[in-house]
Amino acid sequence: MAGPADKAMTADAAVARLSSGMTLGIGGWGARRKPMALVRALLRSDVGDLTVVSCGGPDVGLLAAAGRIRRLVTAFVTLDSIPLEPHYRAARERGAFALTEVDEAMLLWGLRAAAHRMPFLPVRTGLGSDVMRVNPELRTVTSPYGDGETFVAMPALRLDAALVHLNRADRAGNGQYLGPDPYFDDLFCAAADTAYVSCERIVETAELTKEAAPQRLLIPRHRVTGVVEAPNGAHFTSCAPDYGRDEAFQRYYASTPWGEFAARFLGGGEREYESAVAAWRGGERG
Amino acid sequence: MTAVTRAEYCVIACAEVWRGAGEILASPMGTIPSLGARLARLTFAPELLLTDGEAMLVGADGTVEGWLPYRRHLDLVTGGRRHVMMGASQLDRYGNQNISCIGDWARPRRQLLGMRGAPVNTLNNPTSYWVPRHSRRVFVERVDVVCGVGYGRAGGARYHHLHRVVTDLAVLDFATPDRSLRLASLHPGVTAKEVQEATGFTLTVPDKVPYTREPTGRELELIRTVIDPRGARTREVPA
Repeated sequence: MAGPADKAMTADAAVARLSSGMTLGIGGWGARRKPMALVRALLRSDVGDLTVVSCGGPDVGLLAAAGRIRRLVTAFVTLDSIPLEPHYRAARERGAFALTEVDEAMLLWGLRAAAHRMPFLPVRTGLGSDVMRVNPELRTVTSPYGDGETFVAMPALRLDAALVHLNRADRAGNGQYLGPDPYFDDLFCAAADTAYVSCERIVETAELTKEAAPQRLLIPRHRVTGVVEAPNGAHFTSCAPDYGRDEAFQRYYASTPWGEFAARFLGGGEREYESAVAAWRGGERG
Repeated sequence: MTAVTRAEYCVIACAEVWRGAGEILASPMGTIPSLGARLARLTFAPELLLTDGEAMLVGADGTVEGWLPYRRHLDLVTGGRRHVMMGASQLDRYGNQNISCIGDWARPRRQLLGMRGAPVNTLNNPTSYWVPRHSRRVFVERVDVVCGVGYGRAGGARYHHLHRVVTDLAVLDFATPDRSLRLASLHPGVTAKEVQEATGFTLTVPDKVPYTREPTGRELELIRTVIDPRGARTREVPA
């Protein structure tokens, strides 16, 4: 009897399915469980001119520094332990891309609207703030009921593709998070036409619920196009409980000129990245 | 016991923000507001909910009592049962707050964090601010980007409420007819003149400004031996 399709593929194969000009959602939050191996694969490709939707961290910093972003949709960009993302800041201060700046709730509701195939959802946020000034295309909607309150009509954030990183997945695309917070990863996948899930380890379906509660199965396979096994694939962001953030390496990333960092770590494949990080660590300790 | 430090007055003033708030989430951002929230929880506001700074609701001793990942945190914001104390890169006389960028938004001179949750916070639950260095750079006539919504701009939004602004010099509130900043209390050792000079617009200064209250012996002991034995507070506000 045939089972669901085997969606396992390499990071490069996943990125080969993307194209320039796409609207791309990136999961995780700040410097937490970002699909960094997929972002690095994106940097190896020639895909650019992207509209990126992200609760921004070093994913945005890398893509902005490499000139791949045409428009960014976000509420913030941070490295968490380093509040301000230096490569993102530099790109923004030189006017390298357009910005749609909304707040965290608007981003969440925009993804929910897309996941529910709604054109918008009303949100009680944005009014009175400069969210309205810097996004003149935003419209309001008035309650048809007795209260008559006016809300922002947050447009759906429909995505061509979503990239997320989880702790475990099976080859069919059922994805599992084991850390404290799912972030918005399932919503990114549900808001997207295609979704690529990288994970620390691909396991048999039965393994997924052997030791973890079924509630940890965050992403259902019918939302997933491709599954990429990428051990350490969130590095240098955190991927609890598999590993924490590589704070030393993140500090190095944040304090090194972009060209130097890119030449040293982003020239080859994921294996070369791993060895370059190991060599850097050895050199720093030595 | 040694004399009360400025940082300790700041912890007390931050804790006071949550007095009488009820069974709601205290969302402190920054070191001293976090210490203040824990102090309130351990003393006069035991019903407060606190997080571990990540996705867990925790008791005063760190015992996990609930789950609050980001998406549920945002649901809680819109449900209103929360009082947030945010930072501010700029703050104006009506409580408009900026954490997005400095200069022209289209081409900023200094990109900062971004709007984060400031717009949704200020329209949905009580909001206070913490400013560890009271200066004219922060307290400006006009903020460059309105992230947190101030009085006069909220359009009568039904849940908009700015409670207090605590700084390293003083406590301020909006208890004036036009809901503009007013000096509510001075930390001992600070004069009203100093606060005015560190502020980029004219503050309302009552004839008699009280001092920020003294900590109780129990509170000082909790700050020094339980909540912040390693003195993180002095890194935010020097003693």
